[in-house]
Amino acid sequence: MRIGVFFETYRGEEQLWDSPAAKAWLALFALAMLLLPWWGSDYIVAMACIVGIHLVATLGLNITTGGAGLISLSHAAFMGVGCYAVSWFARWGLPFYLALPLAGMLAALIGMLVGLPSLRVKGMYFAIATLAAHFVLGFLFREWTPVTGGPRGVTIPPASLFGLELTGDRRMFYLIYACALALGIAAANLGRSYVGRAFIAVRDRDISAEILGVDLLRTKVLAFMTGAFYAGVAGGLLGYFYGAITSEYFTFSLSVFYLAAIIVGGMGRVLGSVLGAVFMTLVPECLRLLSSATSAWMPSLANLLLPMGQVVFGLLIIGFLILEPHGLAQIWARIRRTFHLWPFRT
Amino acid sequence: MTDFYIFLEFTLLGLLSSGVAALIALSFVLVYKGTRVVNFAAGEVMMLGAYCYYTAAALWHWPPVLALLAALAAVAVVSTCIEALVLRALAGQPTISILMATIGLASLLHGAVEIAWGQDPLETPALLPRMPLNFGEVMIPGAAIGNFLLAAALIAALVAFFRYTQTGIAMRATASDPVTAATLGVDIRSSQRLTWILSGTTGTVAGALIAGAGSVSPALASTALSVFAVVILGGLDSVAGVILASLIVGWLESLTVGYVGGKMRDVFPYLVVLVILVVRPHGLLGTREIERL
Repeated sequence: MRIGVFFETYRGEEQLWDSPAAKAWLALFALAMLLLPWWGSDYIVAMACIVGIHLVATLGLNITTGGAGLISLSHAAFMGVGCYAVSWFARWGLPFYLALPLAGMLAALIGMLVGLPSLRVKGMYFAIATLAAHFVLGFLFREWTPVTGGPRGVTIPPASLFGLELTGDRRMFYLIYACALALGIAAANLGRSYVGRAFIAVRDRDISAEILGVDLLRTKVLAFMTGAFYAGVAGGLLGYFYGAITSEYFTFSLSVFYLAAIIVGGMGRVLGSVLGAVFMTLVPECLRLLSSATSAWMPSLANLLLPMGQVVFGLLIIGFLILEPHGLAQIWARIRRTFHLWPFRT
Repeated sequence: MTDFYIFLEFTLLGLLSSGVAALIALSFVLVYKGTRVVNFAAGEVMMLGAYCYYTAAALWHWPPVLALLAALAAVAVVSTCIEALVLRALAGQPTISILMATIGLASLLHGAVEIAWGQDPLETPALLPRMPLNFGEVMIPGAAIGNFLLAAALIAALVAFFRYTQTGIAMRATASDPVTAATLGVDIRSSQRLTWILSGTTGTVAGALIAGAGSVSPALASTALSVFAVVILGGLDSVAGVILASLIVGWLESLTVGYVGGKMRDVFPYLVVLVILVVRPHGLLGTREIERL
């Protein structure tokens, strides 16, 4: 019986997956995900794709906000930048494996433009600056018609790999999850590098971090740009997934949705991003299924779906903040520990 | 000369509209000054107040003044609940927790209002008489003047309250240093509760004024976000700054809309916010934050 995980070397402490059992479960999970387009219904595959896109964006925000403590309310706008960028790159004939990173880099560049001047301020003031940046970018999306198509939006030709067009949810699924996996591992590795530790030092006490030799400006801009890069890639994936998109998609509520996802999931942890993105995407779906199931008895409930969703969203945020500030990742850790230590209790 | 009259009309309209904006901004500033919380739910509280006013005035056919008082009472109760159940529980938490809690509250209130009253705009009886006034060639809607005067009176009353009454002084003491205030015998909990109630009621008056000028709809809440321009320009913790800034922003906004185009109205406040935060983050009259380790 296993009662805990022990290490004899520093390298052991640092590794990403700590125990053989965890590795086995992860391999099983990866296999199930790999085969999902074969066993899942259309609905499940489509939902999995949307979860995957949200996951990429959430991973990015969790670096900016959960890691370096910079509250970004303009995450959805950076997704928009990525999406429009991909639409242009695809029209120029760039393949997706160049278009997606370039879109991410463009979003990071815009992020730097937003972030550099805003870094004169911090905390709440920084959040308000990013809020303002979000609305200015949103205004550009709506009004700069030659580039963004204005309210009519843009269309994105499907991605293709070696002549195989990645159309349909089942093929997009692999593209989305390949990106999510690569970026997820990158985020996890970032956490154990010098840069990731500098982010955490800046989050916890930026003045102390500066005294310890962390270059504050460079670290903060880097954190903000990394988050924007992830958002840009997520926006590009979104463009490939839907094929056509308008500025309506990149609302302030979407920015708030990602913040809520990292709070519910657990700030500053990759597992938190994953759980948060999955949970926050599935909750409104469950509400929708619930209301369509009960619509036979209460037809009026369907009209209340949207406001009901808002109420539940608000309750979830407040509930997690007050009752479980470390989010679902902490709950998961507690469940794991309970099983490890059974029949003893912590 | 007509150019000058147009300029004068836009100027007057802008300055007059600033009264209500100052009220909304004040409902942000009061809470920030008193409890260091930037209240993203201020717009939703204002909307809730406007809907309560609508219910009393239009559905129950109460006289406008009585309806406003009923709305104020209802919002006072809601504000007390918000303070006691959410913000008290999160006291001392990092910025992001408090910010997200108020955003969560905003979502919760928005959804609840839509469930209770629906999404369509509802015609609301005016709080003040609607009659246009003519000064030569300059035409000013009467509601604008009435709103401005009422807002000015309310702000003057609030300033007097903070300056001369014992409760007001206790609230200022709590705002500037809660620990010292508590040592000196100020009941800081009731001070903070009162701060939230005052902020909610100020917002409700603004909401009722806006609703009374036409109709009330869930879109009302989003107008509150654009008031950030006023709040940031004035300084997040300065009542005098808010009054000054609301006049400046109201005037500039009216001129921008008049000369550049109505679309600019959506983006103008946020451009102001970005410029101020880069040039002078603490605003015109706000206190510069000094950080100690």
